[in-house]
This record gives sequence, C-alpha cells and structure tokens, in this order.
Amino acid sequence: MNPFQFTRVTTPKAAISAVTKESGTYFLAGGTNLIDLMKREVIIPERLVDINKLPLATIEKTATGLRIGAMAKNSTVAEHELVKKNFPLLSQALNAGASAQLRNMATVGGNMMQRTRCSYFYDNTMPCNKRSPVQAGPDKGEPNGPTGCGAIGGYNRMHAIFGTSEKCIAVHPSDMCIALVALDATVNVSGPKGDRKIPFVDFHRLPGDAPQKDNTLQPGELIMSVDLPMNEFAKNSHYLKVRDRASYAFALISVGVGVDMKGKTIQDVRLAMGGVAHKPWRLTEAEQFLKGKPATEANFKQAAALAMKGAKSFGENDFKLTMAPNSIVEALKTATKTA
Amino acid sequence: MTDQQHPDESAENSGASRRDFLKQSSIMAAFAMTPPAAVTAVEKGLHEKVATRFEQMPLRVTINGTAQQLNIEPRVTLLDLLREQLNLTGTKKGCDHGQCGACTVHVDGTRVNACLTLAMTTEGCKVTTIEGLANGDQLHPMQEAFIKHDGFQCGYCTPGQIMSAVACIREGHADNPDEIREYMSGNICRCGAYSNIVDAIMDVKQGGQKV
Ligand SMILES: Cc1cc2nc3c(=O)[nH]c(=O)nc-3n(C[C@H](O)[C@H](O)[C@H](O)COP(=O)(O)OP(=O)(O)OC[C@H]3O[C@@H](n4cnc5c(N)ncnc54)[C@H](O)[C@@H]3O)c2cc1C
Ligand code: SF4
Ligand code: FES
Ligand code: FES
Repeated sequence: MNPFQFTRVTTPKAAISAVTKESGTYFLAGGTNLIDLMKREVIIPERLVDINKLPLATIEKTATGLRIGAMAKNSTVAEHELVKKNFPLLSQALNAGASAQLRNMATVGGNMMQRTRCSYFYDNTMPCNKRSPVQAGPDKGEPNGPTGCGAIGGYNRMHAIFGTSEKCIAVHPSDMCIALVALDATVNVSGPKGDRKIPFVDFHRLPGDAPQKDNTLQPGELIMSVDLPMNEFAKNSHYLKVRDRASYAFALISVGVGVDMKGKTIQDVRLAMGGVAHKPWRLTEAEQFLKGKPATEANFKQAAALAMKGAKSFGENDFKLTMAPNSIVEALKTATKTA
Repeated sequence: MTDQQHPDESAENSGASRRDFLKQSSIMAAFAMTPPAAVTAVEKGLHEKVATRFEQMPLRVTINGTAQQLNIEPRVTLLDLLREQLNLTGTKKGCDHGQCGACTVHVDGTRVNACLTLAMTTEGCKVTTIEGLANGDQLHPMQEAFIKHDGFQCGYCTPGQIMSAVACIREGHADNPDEIREYMSGNICRCGAYSNIVDAIMDVKQGGQKV
C-alpha cells in the first residue's frame, strides 16, 4: 500500500474540514472497500480521515420513521429489533451481502459509497473510464491507467442492462441500497456549505459522460444518517438475490419487494432491482401497474415485462434479459406468499 | 467475486517503493529514524508532506490480554502488525483482500478481517487472535472439537475458521447446519474440510460449553 497521512477525528465538523483542506483526502469508515482499492492502487489517497470515532452509529425512532446513523455497522442494522420488525427488507438485503466478518466492519455510509466490482475497474492495466476519466484522475488529476471501457466488447457478464452509456456499463454492487431505494429512504449529509437532504433515488447517478462520479455527493460532504419513513410493507417483504453460489458472492440480479396487501389485492408496492444498472434501479412503472390489482402470476409477469422496457445487453450478459423478469416474478410471488 | 489478488504482492510492492524512496533521499533515510516532531521541526517545507507520510504514529491496543504501546506506520494493517511486528503468526494471510477469512480475529468481541483493518483504527480496542483463545495449556472447546471432528486437513484456514466458529456461536447463529454454513461462508477452506467443521461447531453448540 502506498504511504498516506492519517488523521483521527471525533466530530463531524473536524471530519469535514479535514477533507476539504486538501484534495486526495478520503474518509475511512470500515475500510472494507477503501483499503482493498488502496492495496490494488486503484485509489491512491494522500490522507485518510478516520471517522470511526464519530458519534454517528445510533439507530433511533423518529416522528415519521427510523433514523440510522452512517457509522452503524451493517451487522448491527441487520440485527436491530426495530429494523427487523418494521423494515425486514433492509435486514434481509444486508444479510445477503458479503460475510459475517465484513458486515461487522462495513458501515451504512461506506456501503452506499462502495465502488463498482467491475473487474476492469480493479485492474490498473486495463482501460476504464471510471478509474481514469479522460480529463482528470480520481485523485490528483492524473489518470490511473488507460482510459476507455474494457467491459464494452469485453467480459461483461456482471454488467448493466439499464441506463448505460458508451462510456461505462458498470453496475452498482450494494445490496443494502436496493432495499433503501425501495423503502423511499432519504440521506442526510453535512458539508462545507451546510447540511442537506438527498432523496435516495437521487443519491446514485447514471454514468453518462462522467462515470467517475458514482453519486451526487459534493466534495467534502459527509453522510450523517439515513431516514426511513414508516410503511406497511413489513408483512410482505422479500429480497431475492441471484448469484453464482449460495452465499458470499455479489448479485447477478437482485430484487427488493415490499407489498401492502388487502386480502388478495395489492394496495401499494415497492420494487427495486440490483445488478442491472449503475444505480439501484427502482421499477416505478411496474409498481404503478400492480397497484390495486390482485396478486396473481399473470399480473406479476405483466409488471415484469413493463419493468424490462428499454433493457439492452452487451453479449456476455444477455442472460440477464431473461433472468431479470423471472426474478421479479419470483420475488413478487414470495413476498405476496402466492408461490 | 473476481479473483485478481496476488498474495503478498501489495506488501512487496510497497516495501520496494519505500526502499527505493529511501535510497533516493539520504536526508529522508535519516528522518525515518527520527521522531515525527523532530522531522517536522528540521524539515519545514520541501519534504514535509512526504516525510509525514512515513511517520510512525503511536497506537495503544490490547492484544490477547497484553496492553501494547506501539509505533506504527498508518498503512500497516492489523494482520501485518500481528504477523510481522508482534510475531503472532497464528493468524494467516490468505487473499489479503477480505475474500477468504484466513485473517479472522476478534476486535472488541466481534469477528473482523484483519487484512482490511488498518491497525491505527484499533486504538483503545481489545484484539483476540487464535493465540489468545486457549486458557494456558488448556485448549478452547472449539479447538478441541476441531481436533475431535477432523475439522482441518492442511490447517491453513483453521485459525480463521476457529475464530469465526466461536463468533458464530456467540452471535447466536449456530442453531442448525444450514445456519452454520451461512454464517461460516466468509471462511474459505481449500482442502474442503467444511462438513467436519460444521460437525465441530454443532458439537460445541450442543455441548453447551461456554465459548
Ligand atoms: C469480499 C467482499 C465481498 C463483498 N460482498 C458484498 C455483497 O455481496 N454485497 C454488498 O452490498 N457489499 C459487499 N461487499 C462490500 C462491502 O459491503 C463494502 O465494502 C462496505 O459496505 C463498505 O463500507 P465500509 O464502511 O467498509 O466503507 P469504507 O471502505 O471505509 O469506505 C468506502 C467509501 O465510502 C466513503 N465513506 C465511508 N463513510 C462515509 C461517510 N459517512 N460519508 C461519506 N463518505 C463515506 C469512503 O471515503 C470510501 O470512499 C463486499 C466486500 C468484500 C471485500
Ligand atoms: S464498465 Fe465502467 S467501470 Fe467497468 S471498465 Fe467500463 S468504464 Fe470502467
Ligand atoms: S487474508 Fe483473506 S480475508 Fe483477510
Ligand atoms: S484445512 Fe487446508 S485450507 Fe482448510
């Protein structure tokens, strides 16, 4: 690992001023993504600001729902009584990610900020616009490896089928974020210009011309917490993760569903998909279609077909065009207990 | 997970670049031995930014019950600190990228991957490694059970497996073989001792011994 300077902070204010002082400075939370990328020299920071001592790990009830601190560990959130009772989809999604050891280290803020697992991004010798944007590198304005996209025309089995650009077809890897987008979460951030709230659907972005930017966080902004509004989906939630082995692998496709049922009728529904886009992919058209309809396989199939409009594959990932709608139907069947 | 890691590569690379760097700058070589304050005082300006990157920082951490006062470079991982500076080589380095679980230790009672933990972030924490599990000459019940059930072949993954197995029971995730398999899935065994490992954990769990 390249040498770097290290600062430990105990207040959010100190954390923010430490990152705004110089470029090439990164917050260090659980380290499970950042240290990995530093060992591979994909990211070469000048300074790490250790935020592990910040008092941001609480999980508490609010007037409208639940607030989860950015430094809460993934395992703590997944096992928390209020989360299990009110937001089982979040619990399931977290427990479907990584391993017990990693979930003990990984934080909510860090999980949202984790980089893609595109193998070209991880390999400095391969072309990648995300790691080495044309104008400026991720750190000091120096490109870190060749530009271009190795995955387009390359090995792209894991890659996106929605919202891609000719610059990048990477997928966002987090399981937790699929649940958060389905649950209408809001992110609270604090930065050099003050505090603001970002609706979770707007937190991550599509690659467009700037695939190096994964999200809409401004330089120096610190994620403080995530808010979840109360809902009626607890009884009928399901997180389906399709992957190459039963555990400890990233999703090929994942589907997060929450349904509010009245008898056999779908009163309200939330649907999101992972492994298909540069951001957690919310299926609003399918949701609209299902509202007020009976929970039948035929309706699920129609909803899935609507969700697949505009999908485009790149060769190795052609199978996702079939696997994705099938997964939507399966997840809906399990959530509504019609399977 | 794609398998792109080369064991020890990063450690060797960083070692090499550090050596080259010190060769190039004899002034810096002297500074590397000098306390940080002196470095900063003498070397105001040109090399300050670089010098502080190699600065050793104080770390207070309790390892297997012994309080340690250490000075380390911030880039040292907990795994490298244990193995290379403290000679606690029971904890193994497999992938060095969080993918195999060989480096599993307990920090303040929870299991983590030591290879992705910067040692500096364990300030004030209690670390337990496989060396700290036995009570003197008396093996921990999980160690006994691994022996009884042939839970290892080459033994390389075993310290990490045992640390995870103990945590698995403490976390309340060892009620049946399926649950054990799920909660042990962060520990890879290339010899394939898995079924005997599950037997060992079931035995300890059902035996009701205190872990
Ligand atoms: C082998 C392996 C398997 C994995 N499998 C899965 C999986 O199946 N599913 C899944 O979802 N994830 C998986 N992960 C990823 C893991 O969940 C993430 O690495 C983890 O959630 C990142 O959190 P962290 O706290 O460790 O972040 P860090 O590594 O500390 O930080 C990551 C990034 O977030 C930034 N950051 C951290 N906190 C904040 C904050 N509060 N505000 C602003 N920026 C911040 C950091 O600066 C850094 O850029 C896996 C990881 C590994 C190593
Ligand atoms: S898909 Fe994106 S991350 Fe992967 S190589 Fe192409 S530009 Fe890089
Ligand atoms: S050495 Fe493989 S997980 Fe740490
Ligand atoms: S016993 Fe050989 S790797 Fe597990």
